[in-house]
Amino acid sequence: MYDFIIYAVIAGLLIAALAGPLGCFVVWRRMSYFGDTLAHSSLLGVALAIVASINLQLAIIISCAVFAAILLLLEKRQMLATDTLLGIIAHSTLAFGLLILSLSDMVQVNLMAFLFGDLLTITQQDLIWIVATCVVLAGLLYHFWGEFLALTVHKELAIVEGLPVERLYALLVLMIAMLIAVAMKIVGVLLITSLLIIPAAAARRLASTPEQMALGAAVIGCLAVAGGVTLSFYLDTPAGPSIVACACVCFLLIYARPVTRV
Amino acid sequence: MSHEILVEARDVSLSLGGRKILDRVNLTLNKGKLLTLIGPNGAGKTTLVRIVLGLMQGESGKLVRKPGLRIGYMPQKVFVEPTLPLTVERFIQLGARGQKVVAANKVLDEVKVGHLLRQQVSALSGGEMQRVLLARALSHSPDLLVLDEPAQGVDINGQTELYELINTIRERHHCGVMMVSHDLHLVMAATDEVICLNQHICCHGKPEHVSNDPAYLALFGKRQAATLAVYTHHHNHDHDIAGDVIKPKDGHRHV
Repeated sequence: MYDFIIYAVIAGLLIAALAGPLGCFVVWRRMSYFGDTLAHSSLLGVALAIVASINLQLAIIISCAVFAAILLLLEKRQMLATDTLLGIIAHSTLAFGLLILSLSDMVQVNLMAFLFGDLLTITQQDLIWIVATCVVLAGLLYHFWGEFLALTVHKELAIVEGLPVERLYALLVLMIAMLIAVAMKIVGVLLITSLLIIPAAAARRLASTPEQMALGAAVIGCLAVAGGVTLSFYLDTPAGPSIVACACVCFLLIYARPVTRV
Repeated sequence: MSHEILVEARDVSLSLGGRKILDRVNLTLNKGKLLTLIGPNGAGKTTLVRIVLGLMQGESGKLVRKPGLRIGYMPQKVFVEPTLPLTVERFIQLGARGQKVVAANKVLDEVKVGHLLRQQVSALSGGEMQRVLLARALSHSPDLLVLDEPAQGVDINGQTELYELINTIRERHHCGVMMVSHDLHLVMAATDEVICLNQHICCHGKPEHVSNDPAYLALFGKRQAATLAVYTHHHNHDHDIAGDVIKPKDGHRHV
């Protein structure tokens, strides 16, 4: 059997399984633009890593973490409306990333792979990064699920009831940043947010508890990955867009059904 | 009559953006007592509530809470994202990780909305939501209930019921209550103390005392005061304000 297909499937399924529940928080907290910004800014990390020739995966993780921290700080200051701020950061980091990449005469850099993902070129080493990150994220998510939920439902009630809300929120944002960092290989900078929000939005229709929605999103994400990889393998379509297209089809099928419950 | 002090604020002041929000405010919340905070819009009521809750800090003065104080908080408005599927039962349980929680159905019964247990939070009406919030505040047997305009968005019959309910709860649980309310005529009977706030404390004391206080009349006008007079029959014009309170005899910025 082809190793690259096995790697691609394992990596894709793991990431989709985590993107489901984390994506629910992105939807509930209306952070989809936040996710976009983190993803775009990681391209700047990629560009800098290539110029400085350091480990690419490490550079992406660090740059996602750094930008998550910057966003958290700026959000607290509230100099500008959050969406304006996010728009500025998202597009300027993307622009600077592309600029630096074009100036560095590294011919072998495949820009398309960063923008839209390149699931089928995943190496064993990439897979180790992805598995390690996903295990840590899954553990944290399981452990802090109730706290994250309480803080999402009502921040001030959570504070009064004794939760360390600021730290929990920072952790949640950092976790989303980490997932984006490893998911970049799969669907690329421009499509990552869709892997977070489409399965979650689709699962909303079928769920009546937060846990059902999280599990449903994970399952729908996995179906999308399976479908996307299959498409990509047989029809030679790019993997990232194929996965997102499959997720979108799932979403449409679920929402096409008449409403049975709210 | 026990006078166990739950929270004590001494000379708490706060300015935001160069504007004085609170000016040397004093208050004491006692176990089993109901304190009502009134004042015009922008008087700093919500800010004071947030300071008592620990959501904000004053710039000067001090705030002392009884160690281990459990607060049940009912915010002014709660919006639960409709994309988040959440039953009322789950919503009430959310507040209490690692604490002893009273079962959701029990607190819901207490606020007389037991039938809402399995409802989705996002589908509740305004009045239902207020009661569910009250149930959540009660769910970890608080020493102090802090209610920010609890009757907002509730129809007039519902308001009376809600205030009665709050009073019953106070008597049953023997907890302290701090409540922001504009409906002084509805809460009069049950209130032990009224604080009339407009950046500083304009006047405070028993409700029938406050409603005759010149500072109160200056703030709310005679019409509102007349409504109140229907409910109060004490006409003692005793202006003897307790020692630790600022006497705002002049310098009112309002007409």
